[in-house]
Amino acid sequence: MSYIKKPVVRHPSLKLNQLGLTVRDYEGAMSTLCAGCGHDSITAGIVRAFFELDTPPHMVAKLSGIGCSSKTPAYFLSGAHGFNSAHGRMAAIATGAAAANRKLSYIGVSGDGDSLSIGLGHMAHAIRRNVKMLYIIENNGVYGLTKGQFSASADMGSKSKRGEANAQAPIDPVMLALSLGATFVARSFSGDKTQLVPILKAALLHDGFALVDVISPCVTFNDHEGSTKSYMHTRKNQVPIVETDFIPPAAEITADYAEGTVARVRAHDGSVIRLRKVGADYDPSDRTRVVSFLRDSQASGEIVTGLLFIDSGGTEMHRNAKTVTTPLVDLPFEELCPGSAALEKLQTSYR
Amino acid sequence: MQAIFRMGIPVSGKNLFPSNIQGLPTWYEVRVNLRGHTARTSEYDLMVAMNAETYARDVREVRPGGYVLYDSTWPLDPALMRDDVTFLGVPYARLCNESFTEARERTLMKNIAYVGTLAALFDIDMDIVSGMLKEKFARKPALMESNAKAIQLGHRYALEHFECPLPFRLESMDATKDSILIDGNTATALGCVYAGATVAAWYPITPSTSVLDAFKGFCEAYRVDKATGEKRYCILQAEDELGAIGMVIGAAWNGARAFTSTSGPGISLMSELIGLAYYAEVPAVIIDVQRVGPSTGMPTRTQQGDIMMCAYASHGDTKHVVLFPSNPRECFEFAVKAFDLAERLQTPVFLLSDLDIGMNDWVVPRLQWDDGYKPHRGRVLSKEELLALPKFHRYSPEDELGVAARTLPGVHEKGAFFTRGSGHNKLGGYTEIPDEYQEVMDRLLRKHRAARTIVPEAVIERRAGATFGVVTLGGCDPAVREALDVLEERGIRGNFLRVRAFPFGDEVEAFLAEHDTLFVVEQNRDAQLRSLLVMETQVAKEKVRSVLAYGGFPLQANQVIEGIVARLGAGASVNGTAPHTNGHAHAHTHGAHDAHDARQEPHGDEGGMP
Ligand SMILES: Cc1ncc(C[n+]2csc(CCOP(=O)(O)OP(=O)(O)O)c2C)c(N)n1
Ligand code: SF4
Repeated sequence: MSYIKKPVVRHPSLKLNQLGLTVRDYEGAMSTLCAGCGHDSITAGIVRAFFELDTPPHMVAKLSGIGCSSKTPAYFLSGAHGFNSAHGRMAAIATGAAAANRKLSYIGVSGDGDSLSIGLGHMAHAIRRNVKMLYIIENNGVYGLTKGQFSASADMGSKSKRGEANAQAPIDPVMLALSLGATFVARSFSGDKTQLVPILKAALLHDGFALVDVISPCVTFNDHEGSTKSYMHTRKNQVPIVETDFIPPAAEITADYAEGTVARVRAHDGSVIRLRKVGADYDPSDRTRVVSFLRDSQASGEIVTGLLFIDSGGTEMHRNAKTVTTPLVDLPFEELCPGSAALEKLQTSYR
Repeated sequence: MQAIFRMGIPVSGKNLFPSNIQGLPTWYEVRVNLRGHTARTSEYDLMVAMNAETYARDVREVRPGGYVLYDSTWPLDPALMRDDVTFLGVPYARLCNESFTEARERTLMKNIAYVGTLAALFDIDMDIVSGMLKEKFARKPALMESNAKAIQLGHRYALEHFECPLPFRLESMDATKDSILIDGNTATALGCVYAGATVAAWYPITPSTSVLDAFKGFCEAYRVDKATGEKRYCILQAEDELGAIGMVIGAAWNGARAFTSTSGPGISLMSELIGLAYYAEVPAVIIDVQRVGPSTGMPTRTQQGDIMMCAYASHGDTKHVVLFPSNPRECFEFAVKAFDLAERLQTPVFLLSDLDIGMNDWVVPRLQWDDGYKPHRGRVLSKEELLALPKFHRYSPEDELGVAARTLPGVHEKGAFFTRGSGHNKLGGYTEIPDEYQEVMDRLLRKHRAARTIVPEAVIERRAGATFGVVTLGGCDPAVREALDVLEERGIRGNFLRVRAFPFGDEVEAFLAEHDTLFVVEQNRDAQLRSLLVMETQVAKEKVRSVLAYGGFPLQANQVIEGIVARLGAGASVNGTAPHTNGHAHAHTHGAHDAHDARQEPHGDEGGMP
């Protein structure tokens, strides 16, 4: 994973956010992915989302597994600590990190190989635990880094570059997450920044595990005729059902939107996610109906994108475990060690 | 056992149980010995035969001149009789049927009545026994009453029918006043609490499960805010061991003291991430309570079979710091030490215990805690320190241990770096340049070598006129010491060294150099400690011989004696048999003696006393 430092050029006309930072302050090293790789567009979306949320970069921890997708944390937020871990293990490592320090904002970047094959167990259990983090699957239907083998999300019949057709049914991370009780499930497309950025922002503010599956074509191994995760295929078959517009609490009062056309979902921290319904009566809060809707769309070959499901009433890992609000890493040793008198007393029961 | 301990007598208890939840026979062995030898021995002086299925074998195992205590409600099969042992029959079933009405109580109290008989036979202080009953059933007076009654039944019957006490008996001593009776897993967990560990991630596996059970119990007692119910710890029962070690690494990367507890199969699964933590220099404490065999193997039997695996866990060039406690007290101390070492050296540290240490009760000196203890967090830069630096590099500059400073997520942008397994140079930048890569690997090796100066030193005991050295580790300690005592009485003298950590300190190197003949005593087939010594020290391979026992039961002194005598050659073999014979010589004068009972009882007999 070689990378080249980007020159820091601050254009005076660049917009500042509330921290006085420009969008450039949220960037990372120069990407070394193939030109045109969908993953780079997602990186740009992540940069924008953090910039617009006014997040101090150092308060973010970015983690990943192994794969082209998992390299990308090097390409955003150079002011944040990063952990490019091992193939499939990111969810577990992020879980431990979140357990230790609940005040950071966690973003995990993974691929469909990383998440749906080798790391499926960890992802599933991070969902069950409802670890507060944004979990992105950069989904291209192939193993990019190991040169184009089918991944578990490859659609049946999808063709590889060599012309082989995939013979196994795919794992759909969205359906999987819904059945595991995920409290935030979204899907987007790397080439659709207008939709992706608000989804990422909403996901980052969600108080729990937020899964965002982003279709992200691999231009080198999976962007040819016959692939179901190519740019062409996705653009043609994508059906955005919900236009997501995230409104932070401060902006809420002045935001101008028409009641009746908008579904409002209140997040835990009081912020509001505004959902513009494109579909006639889409309700992202009813798990059963969402699942059947997605099933129907799948059957008709449509890729539904948008904020597909949200339950802001779920109990995040720490609240469920009743951990102290002070991050465990900030507890002074004196509050952790019972001391010699307690040991003395305890030992009377071992006599 | 607890009653004997309270009489001030050194004692050990070994629970020998099969791997099942209920139904198969289990044995409980108690060893008492005037000289404090408490290693396991199979020279049974007294056998409590409670299980008809195993009568034949049990009776066979008693040493000549020993005793068998059995339920004489039904006559004993004459085929089982032996002329050289004394049979003591007590009609437990009949006595209990006469005294108790409920069926369940009758069965349970039969087991309790044995305790009364043993107390009479060995002259165990009955005040201590009733004191224990009172403590145990303080909140259940009805249960206490029936237990006391059952004990009385067994006790009275023995006094009326046998010559009590037996020629070997117990007499109060003053040897356990400053000791406690505790198992290694409990002590390990307590060490983790005292070290300030806040994140524990694990996946259940015998025999390590009770570490986490105990950790949870202590945390509930000491780390829950009384007013709010908030917890100052987080226990994650992971989806598997790959997840458990991942969680530990994630938490430690973030600055928490984090640990996992597992057994051999778990270490196998964790290996990939252990290698990553080693190379990326993330602390982790890994407790391995060793058991026997792959997959299920013999999960309730003990072994020291993970020495090599832990020392070199993972692919490529890896070498780890491994601590070898020999008893629960060291489990406690080394658990604390493991966190200090892991953070100081920024690397995974193993605490290698085993089933014998972890799950059996041991008499050990009271645990000590110094309130002046400050956790050694290693080189972690604060925001202020970071800002004072011209520039922060994750892997430079190194200190005298070969360790570079790290920063924790959330501290400041200036300290941000990218942790990864990909090749990095000494500044932390990505590299694939051979020299740059090797430079970092060489520092990691320097760091590992330097660890030998801060890990627990080996224990060495020398005897005048010693002609050989014995090297051992962990739970072999009592059996090896006993063996050396017995051998000395036969005129064979050896020096003793117990390694307590890998990498080996200079004192180990010197001890090996000092002897022309060395025995390495350990509990595995492939002589793993010996291999490690041969590979990691200058010792000449030819002079190191092995004494191995790996059947799954705790090591016995006679196994060590036989092994050493056999290899020393004919000239050295001296008549005399097993170690317990020496105990006999002192029995009459001092009154305490080897007394073993093997009692068979089903798992989970609630309401029972033993
Ligand atoms: C334990 C292990 N097995 C296999 C690999 C090889 N490997 C690296 S990346 C990868 C697949 C990556 O696919 P995906 O997660 O979909 O990411 P992409 O490259 O497509 O973005 C594999 C199999 C590895 N690094 N580690
Ligand atoms: S191989 Fe595919 S996934 Fe990997 S960088 Fe190139 S385009 Fe992206």
